[in-house]
Amino acid sequence: MKLWKMLSAGWMYRGFVVSSIVNEFRSRLARSRFGLAWVVIHPLAQVLIFATILSNVLAAKLDGVDNRYAYAMYLVSGIACWALFSEIVQRCLTVFIDNASLLKRVQFPRICLPLIAIGIALVANLALLLAALLIMPLLGFVPGVELLWLPVLVLLTVALASGFGLLLGTLNVFARDIGQVMAVVLQFWFWVTPIVYPISIVPEAFRATLAFNPVVPLVGGYHDVMVFGRMPGEGLLWVAFVSAVLLALSWLVFRRASAEIVDVL
Amino acid sequence: MSTPVIEVRDVGKAYRRYSNELRRFAGWFGADNRPQDETWVLRHATFRVLPGESVGLIGQNGAGKSTLLKLLAGTAQPSEGTVRTRGRIAALLELGLGFNQELTGRENAVHGAGMMGLSQVQIDALVPAIRDFAEIGDYFDQPMRTYSSGMQMRVAFSVATVVRPDVLIVDEALAVGDAYFVHKCFKRIREFRESGTTLLIVSHDSSAIQSLCDRAILLNAGRMILDGDPQQVFDYYNALIAEKENQTVRTDRQDGGQVATRSGNGKVVFEHVHLEDAAGQSVEYISVGQVVDLVARVRAEAGVQRLVFGYALRDRLGQVMYGVNTDYSDQALDDVPAGARREFRARFQVNLGPGTYSVSVALSSTDTHLVENYEWRDLMLVFTVANMDHDRFTGSAWLPPLIRIQELPNEP
Repeated sequence: MKLWKMLSAGWMYRGFVVSSIVNEFRSRLARSRFGLAWVVIHPLAQVLIFATILSNVLAAKLDGVDNRYAYAMYLVSGIACWALFSEIVQRCLTVFIDNASLLKRVQFPRICLPLIAIGIALVANLALLLAALLIMPLLGFVPGVELLWLPVLVLLTVALASGFGLLLGTLNVFARDIGQVMAVVLQFWFWVTPIVYPISIVPEAFRATLAFNPVVPLVGGYHDVMVFGRMPGEGLLWVAFVSAVLLALSWLVFRRASAEIVDVL
Repeated sequence: MSTPVIEVRDVGKAYRRYSNELRRFAGWFGADNRPQDETWVLRHATFRVLPGESVGLIGQNGAGKSTLLKLLAGTAQPSEGTVRTRGRIAALLELGLGFNQELTGRENAVHGAGMMGLSQVQIDALVPAIRDFAEIGDYFDQPMRTYSSGMQMRVAFSVATVVRPDVLIVDEALAVGDAYFVHKCFKRIREFRESGTTLLIVSHDSSAIQSLCDRAILLNAGRMILDGDPQQVFDYYNALIAEKENQTVRTDRQDGGQVATRSGNGKVVFEHVHLEDAAGQSVEYISVGQVVDLVARVRAEAGVQRLVFGYALRDRLGQVMYGVNTDYSDQALDDVPAGARREFRARFQVNLGPGTYSVSVALSSTDTHLVENYEWRDLMLVFTVANMDHDRFTGSAWLPPLIRIQELPNEP
């Protein structure tokens, strides 16, 4: 299957992709009173927990910002980035397994499934970002022109997460241990990324390892535009490069694997 | 001659297992990846289907039917050979996939139609037709979790067939739901066929295949055995099953496993039970009114004073249609020595309506099995009755009437 063919099939089925995403939220709304609000409440509750527990330990170390809510904002922006990344990775990891019966019996462009998974994660994340942007001025953060970088950061996060998630998601169909391992890896990954702590408290000895973590520049970018009011660093180029490589690789692997995926599901 | 809509050339499908998944992964990038073992579920299948043809696919479980359907529907890829199809293909392999129970019938219908690749504009235009065909009234705008399974089926079938496809692939699993809707489904399938849709039907139901198809393909153990007239193919299928049944009995005796409900002290046991047509051929498909022999061979493991053979024909719900024994008919055997073998042969006319029936058989000392029960077996045999050459009728019994109609003078 050629790449453009796959993409154009996805485009032809755009109505289906959109309606699948809408349906997902519709069915979430159907029986819960606060519906979509939960999408925002969950990560904000996480922020609240970290803020309560860690603010005394860490807040003082957040230099360069003179605002008592700086640490809270730091958490919100970092978690917004991480939530998007980890949700897309997790969804992509099991996207083929979860839809096994559909893949076996209905003929439709396969690319729709990851597109739907990514779409759902993205919509939920945009709701969270919107809530964060509404809270920002209340906490005394006046959004500057740097905020225009936010869509770029979101796109890069989506690209990195889906490249990574789809590569492993395809392999996970054949070796299901990958899914289990990744659940653990993601937990570690969260803590080795400066999300709840500032990068400045990382001991020198471990600084070098941060350079290999492509989520670090992304989270840093979110921090830059939402908390520090400055342009994101050039580390994003590295992220873009890694994302492109991962996406290309995942497409290549998927193309080779697609004939066998249905056989082992 | 027109170009075929389905062209299957030397197609095979193997399921491969690897000792280590890493070898599979390496294989995608050119490394030597001989799998640890391969299971060929289909091999050397070659056939073509012309536009407007209706083909039935017949075969026992594990013959490769589902695999072939998946290959035709395009959800699985062949391991060798080529599958070529033209036009829009609708595969009703399983209905209602992807339905969300929290959403309404309408929302699910839109979603399902989207999965078929229809555009939003087309879908909006088609939803009323889906609603009308499903005939579930106001439930259409209720969440699907409030539906009965039959209602879900109705919506699913309506969506799947809302646009006439060029090729319609139907699996037998479809024949569920209420009789009225099943009838309606088959009516729509017939209409499609008349408008030029190519049909491919998989079924164990000979009457469905014979009434809808002008050709049948028989698969056995992954090979295409026969491709021809449905009647001829079904006859061959019957013979195949008979052969297999002999084997089952043999294996059954070897490991002493139970096939179905079985009781008794085992003093006299069944060696073999089958149905035979007039030509002495073992049959499983019987037409209404056909004369058959129920043949039962028994062996006495111990000497018994009195031996009575009995059998009952049951419908699919287990209701006895007819039951009799050799005590009723005054043919009880006395003093059967150990090691003796006997054959009972009951010839009767199958005055039953279309459907599936089972045979229960019993060996005992008297007319009830409560005194001394040697062996009792339910579901010893299953056979299908199809109406091939009589006028249409309904019900479990065949009671052909002579209907006379008389004109009466108008009331004064």
